[in-house]
Amino acid sequence: MAGQKRRFGFETRMLHAGHIPDTVTGARAVPIYQTTSYVFEDTDKAAQLFELKQYGNIYTRINNPTVAAFEERIASLENATGAVATASGMAAQLNVMMTLLDPGDEIVTSSHLYGGTTTQFVHTFRKLGLKAHFVDPTHLDNWAAAITPRTRLLYGETIGNPRGSVLDIEPLAQLAHAHNIPLVVDSTFATPYLCRPMDWGADVVVHSATKFIGGHGSSIAGVLLDSGKFDYSRFPTIADPDPAYHDLRFYETFGHYGFLMKARAVTLRDTGGALSPFNAFLLIQGLETLSVRMDRHVQNAQAVAEFLHGHPKVAWVAYAGLADNPYHALAQKYTPKGPGAVFTFGIKAGNPRLAGKEFIESLHLFSHLANVGDARSLVIHPASTTHQQLSDSELEQAGIDGGMIRLSIGLETTEDLLWDLEQALQATSA
Amino acid sequence: MGSRTSLASDVSMNSLLSEEERGIYQDPGLIRTVLSTTKTIAIVGLSPKPERPSYFVGTYLQYEGYRIIPVNPRADVILGEKSYPDLMTIPEPVDMVNVFRQPDECVEVAKQAVQIGAKTLWLQLRVVNFEAATIAQDAGLNVVMDRCVKIEHGRYSGSLHWVGMNTEIISARRGQRYF
Ligand SMILES: Cc1ncc(COP(=O)(O)O)c(C=O)c1O
Repeated sequence: MAGQKRRFGFETRMLHAGHIPDTVTGARAVPIYQTTSYVFEDTDKAAQLFELKQYGNIYTRINNPTVAAFEERIASLENATGAVATASGMAAQLNVMMTLLDPGDEIVTSSHLYGGTTTQFVHTFRKLGLKAHFVDPTHLDNWAAAITPRTRLLYGETIGNPRGSVLDIEPLAQLAHAHNIPLVVDSTFATPYLCRPMDWGADVVVHSATKFIGGHGSSIAGVLLDSGKFDYSRFPTIADPDPAYHDLRFYETFGHYGFLMKARAVTLRDTGGALSPFNAFLLIQGLETLSVRMDRHVQNAQAVAEFLHGHPKVAWVAYAGLADNPYHALAQKYTPKGPGAVFTFGIKAGNPRLAGKEFIESLHLFSHLANVGDARSLVIHPASTTHQQLSDSELEQAGIDGGMIRLSIGLETTEDLLWDLEQALQATSA
Repeated sequence: MGSRTSLASDVSMNSLLSEEERGIYQDPGLIRTVLSTTKTIAIVGLSPKPERPSYFVGTYLQYEGYRIIPVNPRADVILGEKSYPDLMTIPEPVDMVNVFRQPDECVEVAKQAVQIGAKTLWLQLRVVNFEAATIAQDAGLNVVMDRCVKIEHGRYSGSLHWVGMNTEIISARRGQRYF
């Protein structure tokens, strides 16, 4: 019986994982199961589903066949044991925190985070009785020094938004495990094609699937994944009897699925934030071309970064794909195909804040908006948008240069992107 | 969907065994054959407590149409079935012996499984004992080790997929039930 079994490659799994053509229709594409609920076979089965004794569909806030196809597919691509999809990236992060933490618990997190995440970890955490300690992620000692007996997890972004710092995942995972706590990584900017944090020891991965996974700027979505390797046997929220589920002990009962079962059956059930089936369908379309798109995204990003790097009107470029970038060595280790397609650069000008505005307004192809990871190229000038209420000195404190521009490089013709940047730089005052 | 539809994909996650050992004790073809041919399952170490993993598995298997026989010296009836103190006292044929005990108890269980003429010895997830496995194999039994019978049933029947888990099954063929 024993035969050589095949380990299918990443691209094959982008197209096939999580979907087997169904017996009734044979539909090749994943159908959109636009339904809120599912008819039970009988009362026994219904009771068993509610008691988690059977795996099955109950209600689309908890699970849905189209969403499940997306979940299994991305789990396969991340080398994860499973996934829970959510309505947004923010919802995925919050689900992880609510599943793993109790009031009074703390986390230690990189300070190089998406701004919305920082806000979530400061203000929403306060309302929940949680506390985040922010550390400069570039030195392992900072992390070690911030860990206390109340620390329940470490958190960071594979490629930090917006500074482009690359997280040194491997030693960080070792540090977390030495303290019997999991490492949670937001891998939005890398996608599973460029980096798989679990291969380096991360236990939980979250994504804003809104970005490169969906890939076309059409849907807000998120997902959380578990490696199935972390030993939660002494981790209170997963190991202890859960009063929200007849004192079920999730780790004892579900083993390597314990965290995920709780994230779904308790946190997703009780907080909502489920992904819609239609959005799941669009994300599946995105995953099917992920490798092809990401190769092109990083190829264009590298070309744009090199172009800007040599430009007289550009003060600095923060892209880890450039040899003189402080994160270049880490990028070669963790993202050998390229460190994503989102980065910042600074305009050299007497009044950088004004120059930034002029630059944005002169662009023809780059869309000025608050998102990253679209197939189209995107641009934003933090000093005139997200941080426009700050004075110049406040901007400096926030680590934002008045002339800082964030780019998300799309799939357009490379020369057209360079042309657009060149003509917009020409149009800005020195 | 019959059990003849072959599956090529490797199922490698969440196991303590080496690749070679998995090829012997976790072969997807072997597991599917066992799941499709088994009717009666003696569950050694089945707990009468509803929150215990063995009870979850017992409930699941019963609902899926298997006849389960509890083996637990400290219980009379579990899940509506009479409980026996050991395998030897079960008065009817048993197809599979499913073990929820510590690894060091498995050699004795394997010997009894051979004696009662069981067809399969299935040691649950994280229950690994190569001596027990060899005893059963030498007597011609199928042996599955370090796998959960509920998870494997869910994997090949398609239901594990509904809760977002990575079944590792890759196939463009029509049909979801693999046994
Ligand atoms: C790195 C990162 N994480 C999380 C999020 C939040 O995701 P969403 O907007 O899907 O809620 C974003 C969004 O910009 C992000 O860039």
